[in-house]
Amino acid sequence: MYILGISAYYHDAGVALIRDEHIVAAVQEERFTRKKQDDSFPHESIKYCLREAGISLEDVDCIAFYDKPFLKFERLLETYLAEAPRGFRSFILSMPVWLKDKLFLKETLSRELKELFLELNPGQEKESAAFKKSIQEKLMFGEHHQSHAASAFYPSPYEEAAILTIDGVGEWATTSLAYGKGNRIEFLKEVRFPHSLGLLYSAFTYYTGFKVNSGEYKVMGLAPYGEPKYVDLIKEHIIDIKEDGSFKLDMSYFNYTTGLTMTSEKFHRLFGAAPRKSESTLTQREMDLAASIQEITEEVMIRLARHAREVTGSKNLCLAGGVALNCVGNGKLLREKIFDHIWIQPAAGDAGGALGGAYSVYYQEFDRPRTLNPDELDKMQGAYLGPRFSDDEIKRYLDSIGANYRYIPNEDVLVDSVSSALAEEKVIGWHYDRMEFGPRSLGHRSIIGDPRSQEMQSTMNLKIKYRESFRPFAPSVLREKVSQWFELDEDSPYMLLVAPVKKSRQVKMTREQEKLFGIDRLHIARSEIPAVTHVDYSARIQTVHKETNPRFHKLISKFEEKTGCAVIVNTSFNVRGEPIVCTPEDSYRCFMRTEMDLLVIDNYLLKKEEQPVFEEKGDWRETFELD
Amino acid sequence: MSILKELWAYMKVRKKFWLIPVILMMLLLGVIIVLAEGSAVAPFIYTLF
Repeated sequence: MYILGISAYYHDAGVALIRDEHIVAAVQEERFTRKKQDDSFPHESIKYCLREAGISLEDVDCIAFYDKPFLKFERLLETYLAEAPRGFRSFILSMPVWLKDKLFLKETLSRELKELFLELNPGQEKESAAFKKSIQEKLMFGEHHQSHAASAFYPSPYEEAAILTIDGVGEWATTSLAYGKGNRIEFLKEVRFPHSLGLLYSAFTYYTGFKVNSGEYKVMGLAPYGEPKYVDLIKEHIIDIKEDGSFKLDMSYFNYTTGLTMTSEKFHRLFGAAPRKSESTLTQREMDLAASIQEITEEVMIRLARHAREVTGSKNLCLAGGVALNCVGNGKLLREKIFDHIWIQPAAGDAGGALGGAYSVYYQEFDRPRTLNPDELDKMQGAYLGPRFSDDEIKRYLDSIGANYRYIPNEDVLVDSVSSALAEEKVIGWHYDRMEFGPRSLGHRSIIGDPRSQEMQSTMNLKIKYRESFRPFAPSVLREKVSQWFELDEDSPYMLLVAPVKKSRQVKMTREQEKLFGIDRLHIARSEIPAVTHVDYSARIQTVHKETNPRFHKLISKFEEKTGCAVIVNTSFNVRGEPIVCTPEDSYRCFMRTEMDLLVIDNYLLKKEEQPVFEEKGDWRETFELD
Repeated sequence: MSILKELWAYMKVRKKFWLIPVILMMLLLGVIIVLAEGSAVAPFIYTLF
């Protein structure tokens, strides 16, 4: 049975195709259209998934959409009604979108799929009408948090688990507690809109001058530079956190229910200033605000988890929803040891809802049995679920642009050569096999470097990624060596856990250095691996497993053989504001635009100095909207 | 017409019949806005809508 899951029209559009329990493919539309967080109908993603499975659209047995438009519309109407006449401006802006498209989602989706059918089967106008009718019968809509919960539990390695989904908002729910067992998920509790931890975090993202819905991870990265000075103020005025982790927001501080900004004047008065202007200088104040909201978020997450443990009695926890991408909070949750095991969906945001939607239909609607394979980490296959390119395809592209390359089909030779370059502090674009699903690069579309280098963080930030210098980089470490380098001995294959660098590898600050504040601490070497050690000695860790990523594992092993270091720097293969690369063409373009030294596309190795002059019309930096 | 049938079925399940006049009024207002504006672009900083 083939089930196609679709998420679209709100944040990042994504598609997942499952064949029974097996995930055939999963991908985000932005990777094809090159438009960050593209929310349009995932036309290209569907085509890719069908290609990967070797099937046609007619072979798909069921199509699952990841949320329910009517319920969302109900929330909108009730909110407008409750707040009327405030929000009229917002109402007149949102109604056209709803009345033209979103309310008629069944029709919109079947029309889009019919057009896709015609594109794939040119000339079959007659058949397309019957196809459209069949699609309407195959379409199913799952609730937003049901889709998140399904994406967290069904692919996890647990027979039973507590499930927490925390995000901005779906239909009504913003936080849900559920219990999964076998092929069933039962919802136990929820926090409803407008009270939302995700939106609270987004409000602070907005207030500190970052872009809502993409700058949240910058707030998280900024937090260790600050002091949580505002925690008491936030608790006193803005959020009331209950013992069970449920919470209420004082909505007079916000404007997101009906307005066009996240925060209200009252919020600005409370913190004594207007929101920071985007791209203006960051001050200690923003860092302190970031530290404060991070601490509040962690407190809620921990209380929710404690309550989930009490209510379900389970030793396992599954997490999804945008807040589950807060890896600092996840790390704290792990260290609290409330649960024995935690599994987090790597595509925890809305794109992952496509996978959850598909699994929900398979297990809940069709009541198919759920099986666990003890030989695999989980059902995600390392999250390597996107497109791959054959040697022929890569060669054809490289030849077409006159690139100079070396073809190295022997993996040992290739890995030896790349690990030597890494040890010489070269920065390398590493494109290998299938692209990752979700927001993290996990060694298939990554930029890699030597973590021992003191300059690597600022070099990579300013010359390669063209982004803010305060932003930390993540380490990829051999799974079997993780406890030798970090205060962690768990699987973290999806880079969703933060833990401190091993105490014995930390470099203590001098008295003078300790007196420094905020961003001034950036250039102090804090450990044997300074490029991946954040100012608070933490690191966002990816454990590399031989089973899911043998070539990356081999590369780090070889690097360790040469340097004694089982860790490398791993950052996403893109520049600021650009979606992560997908094709060899994307990778080559990104390589040539930046100051990377080497590019590896599967078995092809390219050196920057050997490439022909790369010319582009205009300044490419202007093509990407800053995130 | 199928959308009206679906909306009716939805209201029956959710027991939200009190929404009928609200929906009608808002739809009417919405239709006027749509006709007046011509284009529909979501303007929001956070896509709650």
